[in-house]
Parts: sequence; structure tokens; C-alpha cells
Amino acid sequence: MKQNNKQAHKFGMVIDLDKCTGCGSCMVACMSENNVPVKEDESDKKDSITWMRVYKLNNNKPFPETEICYLPRPCQHCSGKGDHGHSPCVSVCPATATDYDYSTGIVSQIYTRCFGCRYCMGACPYHARYFNWWDPKWPDGMESYLSPNVSPRMRGVVEKCSFCFHRYQLAKEQVYYDGEERIEDEAAYQTACTQACPAGAIVFGDLNNPDHQVTQIVKPNPHPEHDNHDVVGKSRNPKVFRLLERLGTNTKIYYMSERKWVRKLGDNYLDGEWEKADNHHGSSHG
Amino acid sequence: MNEIEKTEDCCGHGGEGCSDMEKKARDDKGLGMGVIFFIVAFAVCFLSGWLVFPKLLYSSKEQPFNFDHALHVSEMDGCDSCHYLREDGTYNGIPTLESCMECHDVEPLGETEDEAIFCEKYVATETEVPWLVYSRQPDCVFFSHAAHLNGKNPMDCVSCHGHIGESEKCKPYEENRITGYSRDIWGKNIWGIKKNPWDRMKMDDCAECHLEETGHQGACFQCHK
Repeated sequence: MKQNNKQAHKFGMVIDLDKCTGCGSCMVACMSENNVPVKEDESDKKDSITWMRVYKLNNNKPFPETEICYLPRPCQHCSGKGDHGHSPCVSVCPATATDYDYSTGIVSQIYTRCFGCRYCMGACPYHARYFNWWDPKWPDGMESYLSPNVSPRMRGVVEKCSFCFHRYQLAKEQVYYDGEERIEDEAAYQTACTQACPAGAIVFGDLNNPDHQVTQIVKPNPHPEHDNHDVVGKSRNPKVFRLLERLGTNTKIYYMSERKWVRKLGDNYLDGEWEKADNHHGSSHG
Repeated sequence: MNEIEKTEDCCGHGGEGCSDMEKKARDDKGLGMGVIFFIVAFAVCFLSGWLVFPKLLYSSKEQPFNFDHALHVSEMDGCDSCHYLREDGTYNGIPTLESCMECHDVEPLGETEDEAIFCEKYVATETEVPWLVYSRQPDCVFFSHAAHLNGKNPMDCVSCHGHIGESEKCKPYEENRITGYSRDIWGKNIWGIKKNPWDRMKMDDCAECHLEETGHQGACFQCHK
């Protein structure tokens, strides 16, 4: 259990940014699925909580060359340097309120264990974690709409995307009932955002299962990269990239785009670095 | 003579030394009283902490009416005739009124007083019985009955729930006034001594068994939600 093994799942996601229309359905689905409280002023980004957040990117060019791209950002579920499970947030949590599950590759967040130091929020390179400044307040009558499968959070704790882990738990119950060993069927466990996306831009599945669509699109390289041993699971698809990939956080959210400028925005490249990275990717995969 | 000598001796060294001695003597007497006071106060605090505090901490509630498990088990066929896994693998827990009404009707089947209450108050008005669940875990806990019943090492109901199937009376439901959790979670024994596996069901108890059976306590998300 302490390390990745062949039996283990490695759930991940690939988001096609060329398909994403920025409609925000994933954000809405996520909030209602996971009992995320709505704030009086949702535009106050210091207070609002968005496990899944759609960012708007543009290519910074004047009309008529202006292009826009929307980038949905859930928790990236980092596997950490060398794929060993040392995610940035997990490494710093003094309360062990967040851990890396080697059997699913999911980074957990245990609200009852968290005491709100927010060290993890500082450590997360993706701003995926949110702090509850207030107790949740739902409009009258809405409490009865809450999902019983997700525990609501109180003020003073950090929360984040869990890859709809409760859905994995329910899928697992079905597997036990049917007397099977593990979840093989791709459709048995899907996140709320994946199902809500009207454009079908999000594909979710097990990156360790070659039958799953996500693996077929991403084609992750199981070996560490030659120039940076911290990076494992880099996509062999030249259109696919990860956010701040060179940090070695080894995120399990992959993004896909035909457009070069979008791929370039996935990391902070110094002058000349992007060309090198782009050529390298291009040459090694023809 | 001695006293006079002492006094003289004292005075020989000056008035200050004398009053110091007296003070010391008085202080010693006070120390003895202090020790007694400490012991008494400690005993009072200790006993009230261990005997009175649990009474204050837990409220005691009675079930809406008594449920005779032994009678039902003998009439029916084991626990799973009422408590069963649904087809999607989730657990039905305490049966709804609908399942009770598969056997029960407005007219009582037997002659017990409790059934009369049940038929009159709940069946006739089609109201769900507000049972108090002894084994209800906090809402951050995910427990899969399917994993424990249909997994690699299937378990008996008794291993966690005890011999509730043989009980004729429902015990009072004790609720922690601060957390709202059932006392069965923390356990009855104020010393924290566990004689049977079902005496309490805290996270450490789950982890203990998981470590034994699977070799690992499991990741947080295995049981948390």
C-alpha cells in the first residue's frame, strides 16, 4: 500500500481546451455535487470557494488575432516528484489532514482533521485549495438538497476537489456486491464535472488502465524523463501538456490543445526555453 | 527551661530571628492543612470528573417504542431479512416503514403493547418511526457494509454490532450533548477499556482491525468522505 503497485488505480483527467466553451457547467455541477456553499457575493474571490474553476486565457494579441481559451482547473492531484506520492500539500500538512492514496492516486482532504493553518494553500502551485472563512450558509430550504455522500465543511478548514471520491466509494460498493475484484468499467466511476460538460471536453479514467480513453489520449510515459528525473508520466501526445510540468509535481490533470500559445501558457518559460521544449516534444514524437 | 533557653537564645540573635522561627512554625502547620486540602480537593475533582461528568455529558433518550430483536429474529430468518445490501451495493440500514409493512398491518399481529403503539401511531398514519441509531457514525465517515460482508474476509454482524439480535429490550440511547454522537461510538467505559470489539467504534478501532486484517490502516479517503 505504501507505494504504487500494478494493482493500483491512478485516476486522472484530460481536458480538451479546444472543446471547452467556458460555459461553467463543470463549476456548477461540482458545487452542487460536493455541497460547496454559495456566498452572498460570489465575485469576491477571497471568500468564494470553487473546487473547479474556469480560467480565461488569451493570446495577448490585438484584434483580429485575439484568441481566447478557457481552462478548467480542478485539484491537480499531484503524485509528487518521481511519482512517489509526495504532493506539495501532503508534504507540508502538519496535521496529516491530507494524504496521498497510493491505491487511487487521489489526494485526500479530511476536514475534521484540518485545523486551518493553510500551509497547504501556500504550498499548492495551482491555487486549488480554499479556506472556509465562514460557516456554510445555504439559502432557505436548500439544506435538504445537500448530498448525503459528502460531508459539509465548517469554518476554519481547507477544502478542495476530491475527484468526487464518494463516487469511487459507491462504485466500490457495487463492485463488492457483484463479487468482483476492482473497478474496471470506465463508466462506473466518473466525476460530476466530466458528466456535466456539454462539450465532452473532460475525459476521466484510470491512467493505469490501457482500455480507458484517458490513457489512450494521454499515453503517459511510465519512465522518468531523461533531462528531469522528477518528471514521470509525461504525455507522449505532442498536443497534451500539464500545468507547470517541469516542477515535477506530476499532476494527473492533463490538458490538450492544438494551439501552441495555449500550450506555452501551461508553464513559465524563459526566453528561448519554449522553443526548445516545443522542438523536443515535436522531434521525439515525429 | 528549654523554652526559656530557646527564647533567650532567640533574643540573643536579635528580634528578627525570633519572629522568623515563629513564622516557620505557623507555616508548617499550614502546609499540613494544605496537603489535606489538596488530597480532598483532588478526590472530589477526580470523582466528579469520572462519575458525574459522563452523566452530564450524555443525555439519555428512549426509543419511540421498544423493539424486540430476539422475537423478530425467531420469526424471521437472521439479520439480513430486514437489514440487507441493496442491489447497488449500498446498505439499507434500519428498515423503512414500507419494509415493516410487508408483514405488519394496521391490525397488530401479536399482543405486545409496543406493536400496538407501532400500528396505531406509525402504520395507521404512515409515518416513519424516528429510531435513534446507536451505531450512527459522524457524517465525515464512510462505512461500506458491502466491503465487510462481501469482501475477501467476510465478517459477521456480531463482530461489530455485538449480540443485539438476542436483545429483547432497546437500551436508552445516550447522546453526547456536545458532539451529538451516540455513546456507542466512544464506548461506555470511561477508562477506555475495551473488552469486546463492539464496545466502541472510534477511528482507532477501525484502524486497529484494518492493520490486522489488511496489513495497512488504509488511506484517509478509504473511510472518510
